[in-house]
Amino acid sequence: MSVTATTPAETAAAAADAAHFLSATAMRGGYGKADILHGCTLNVDKGQIAVIVGPNGAGKSTAMKAVFGMLPLREGRVTLDGEDITGLSPQDRVRKGMGFVPQVHNVFPSMTVEENLEMGAFIRTGDIAATMEQVYELFPILRTKRRQPAGELSGGQRQQVAVGRALMTRPRLLMLDEPTAGVSPIVMDELFDRIIEIARSGISILMVEQNARQALEIADIGYVLVQGTNRYTDTGAALMADPEVRRTFLGG
Amino acid sequence: MSTNRQAAASSRWRAPVLFAILAVLFLLEGTVRNAMFSGSWNTSLAILNMGLISAITALGVNMQWGYAGLFNAGVVGFLALGALAPILISLPPVEGAWAAGGPRLMAALLAGLGTLALASMAWHRLRAGRGLAVTLILIAGFVIYRWLFDPAVTAIEANNPARHGNIGGLGLPILLSWLVGGIFAAAAAWAIGKVALGLRSDYLAIATLGIGEIIVAVLRNEEWLARGVKNITAIPRPVPYEVQLQRNPEFVEFAQSWGFTAATGSGVWVKLGYMSLFLVVLLTLILLAQLALNSPWGRMMRAIRDNETAAEAMGKHVTARHLQIFVIGSAVIGISGAMMVTLDGLLAPSSYNPLRYTFLIWVMVIVGGSGNNWGSVLGAVLIWFLWIKAEVWGPALIGLLTLPLPDGGLKSHLLSGSPHMRFIAMGLVLLLVLRFAPRGLVPER
Amino acid sequence: MDILNALVAILNYVVIPATAYGAQLALGALGVTLIYGILRFSNFAHGDTMAIGTAITILFTWMLQSFGISFGPLPTALLALPLGIAATAVLVLATDRAVYRFYRVQRAAPIIFVMASVGVMFVLNGLTRLLIGVDERRFDDGTRFVINAREFREWSGLSEGLALRGTQVLTVVVAVAVVWALFWFLNRTRSGKAMRAYSDNEDLALLSGIDPERVVRLTWIIAAGLATIAGVLYGLDKSFRPFNYFQMLLPIFAAAIVGGLGNPVGAIAGGFIVAFSEVAVTYPWRKVAGYLAPDWQPAGLLQLLGTEYKFAVSFVILIVVLLFRPTGLFRGKSV
Repeated sequence: MSVTATTPAETAAAAADAAHFLSATAMRGGYGKADILHGCTLNVDKGQIAVIVGPNGAGKSTAMKAVFGMLPLREGRVTLDGEDITGLSPQDRVRKGMGFVPQVHNVFPSMTVEENLEMGAFIRTGDIAATMEQVYELFPILRTKRRQPAGELSGGQRQQVAVGRALMTRPRLLMLDEPTAGVSPIVMDELFDRIIEIARSGISILMVEQNARQALEIADIGYVLVQGTNRYTDTGAALMADPEVRRTFLGG
Repeated sequence: MSTNRQAAASSRWRAPVLFAILAVLFLLEGTVRNAMFSGSWNTSLAILNMGLISAITALGVNMQWGYAGLFNAGVVGFLALGALAPILISLPPVEGAWAAGGPRLMAALLAGLGTLALASMAWHRLRAGRGLAVTLILIAGFVIYRWLFDPAVTAIEANNPARHGNIGGLGLPILLSWLVGGIFAAAAAWAIGKVALGLRSDYLAIATLGIGEIIVAVLRNEEWLARGVKNITAIPRPVPYEVQLQRNPEFVEFAQSWGFTAATGSGVWVKLGYMSLFLVVLLTLILLAQLALNSPWGRMMRAIRDNETAAEAMGKHVTARHLQIFVIGSAVIGISGAMMVTLDGLLAPSSYNPLRYTFLIWVMVIVGGSGNNWGSVLGAVLIWFLWIKAEVWGPALIGLLTLPLPDGGLKSHLLSGSPHMRFIAMGLVLLLVLRFAPRGLVPER
Repeated sequence: MDILNALVAILNYVVIPATAYGAQLALGALGVTLIYGILRFSNFAHGDTMAIGTAITILFTWMLQSFGISFGPLPTALLALPLGIAATAVLVLATDRAVYRFYRVQRAAPIIFVMASVGVMFVLNGLTRLLIGVDERRFDDGTRFVINAREFREWSGLSEGLALRGTQVLTVVVAVAVVWALFWFLNRTRSGKAMRAYSDNEDLALLSGIDPERVVRLTWIIAAGLATIAGVLYGLDKSFRPFNYFQMLLPIFAAAIVGGLGNPVGAIAGGFIVAFSEVAVTYPWRKVAGYLAPDWQPAGLLQLLGTEYKFAVSFVILIVVLLFRPTGLFRGKSV
């Protein structure tokens, strides 16, 4: 270990990274010349649910994309399970154990539910029947609809297909971009329950949510982003209890 | 990155220099006689005149593509429609044709249009059972139309079929027919644009491809209209005939003072006359186009092209603007179609080939610089020059390249195939420009 | 008896030719629709891809014939077909590498791809002329007729004859086999599903680890195969003239749009809709009317439209679909 010459600071950073399962530190970047992220840091531990909340335009979805490699970073690094993945493409990150559910256009509409799940497992070579069985157990409705084109399902069912598709690679980290956008409150509760269930099976969750209150309730750790930087970071419960956070971001 | 490099290189001298090079090419064609050039002013001016007409066609296409991003794949059809105008407007009336079936023919055409109008009205007014109503209207209208149309056509085509057999013209001035050609093309463009605009961009391309083929088919087969493949000749001219000039002693003397024989001199004189007419039309159109482009209307047009979504969000009616520009561009194409048959003095429908009259025009626009009117002119005249000369240069080049080959099957095959080389060459030119200089020779400012 | 005669006439002059033509159009439209679904542009070079694929196959056919090889009652061209497909696929892949890939990387607008395909069309057109010339060529050998009109008349005692050409049967059999294979590939194999996934949602396909370049390559190979088969079948059934293939672009596009661009089932249905309308509208019904209503003596041929206007039929169908249902009958990609 000590043979390679490293500065104390780098060693410390590496140690800090290694402590978290996912660690995205001091990310800076954006789409054009102007940066959207100004030193944003996100950490998720094994089996944890991490939730990113914040006002519109705070860079929540951008931060997710940066973590997933869909946005070039000018500064900062991303490590997964202690391995530096900053330079990897999204596809390679999938191979390393990250799963991503985009906010919209997250299913193959003309393909059946089962084919959607199969496509999720495209990079796997072995038998996928067991994983598919797990997804069907998690979302029983998908089993009954498995021969139907995903485009014909309801919004909530489509989200289940989308999450199921991402689970098919057996990811160790599942990233969800506003999974409850546009679904009814009942379906939202149902989805959150499933997400807790997924986390209990040892998969880390990182998600962006508009429904901040409900999301923070299930969060082990919450990140409040404002203008591309971390404003508050604490456990979900602590953020909910913080009067300042409540007043500014949770509407009282 | 390539665009940046181009922008840097496109100094203000770029266009004048390119036009000067073009002028030198035509001068060489007119004066130097060798393997590459004919050394004949008649040839040089003939190429130039057709090049100027192509420039007007390209101008019309450039309005549609360069200003609005509309892909018209039926240029040949709009040209052919324009070509119909001199026949119907300026040819002398055919004796007996109108009496044979004229009124009945008009009634048939009115019945046809009326049916379409009625069907459209029924579709918009009725609620319940409108599908059935429209179908019945269309069927009844078609039967009436054919009942009126068929005997009229038979009668007209039976009228002196060896010489005429067509409905004939109105005997009006030929220059007027150029305008009418534009109106014909504009009307067709309005109809097709109404249907295909506002949908995906490729749909307009496919729909215009269709209308192009159909217009050419009509011209080929409707003998009452323009004698079909029997061709119409002796279309009136806006300039004097060569023979008239050759009979005029004053002109002969004038020609000889310039060192031309009467035959050559008269040809050159007539071509110069055409050239002046074409230049007047071309420059007027460019002037109007530039004025329009710099008006608020033109700025809006470019705003729409550059960002359709944003323009739509700002309350601009994109589809309606697209329809306007599509109609105007097609009208310009129609004018050039009328000019083309006037220059040829002949309408030969079988020569209307889409590769030559649609896609070659596209090569001209893309090479010249889409969005730039002067670029279109440059591209049109240059590509036309190369297209004509490729007929001579191609075999010469192949001959040179195959010189080391032994005489035999392959060599003779290549030599006989060399006329087809210009299709390959034009395709390659289009692809290379599209890729390496997408803004063309004279980029849009 | 007269009703039977009328039926035989309809069968002979409408149903059989339209079925063969419909199968050819369907194969062509399938190629167009697949390219549209995956590469997202209308390929104007498809007609000329058909032409050059057919020209290459004809050259291979002549080569086989010069070796004295024949295919018994079937046309020799069928033996040459795999060679023709392979050569066309190589050509088309080279085109993609040289032309389209650049714009794909740039994520250029679809209309730029269309423009590039026009350039490719020119080049392919010139290559075809260079390869085989512009003249009409017939290259069908083997058995001419499965059912001969004269023999049919003698056998049935009807006054109307029925002719079924070998190439017509061949067209339908080959088309059915090809379509079956294509759908099996698209619905049952991993690569086929990856193609559908890519067509459905490109970004999600990338996230799922589907290699876009592989999908694109596969698409071109399949499109080259479909184009060559469609072109050879058309050439066997009628004759080979390069310009006819360019003109088939319109009915093929019409078929693909009627069925919904990007939708393979729609392309097949569209092919038959266009073919049957075209043949039915341009067929002179006088003969059939004569059998059904012998007393009625119509003045004309009872032909709705002259054969020279057959393209107008595709066009009208196209316009009607664009007016009332721009996504096509079978719901293709969004407008």
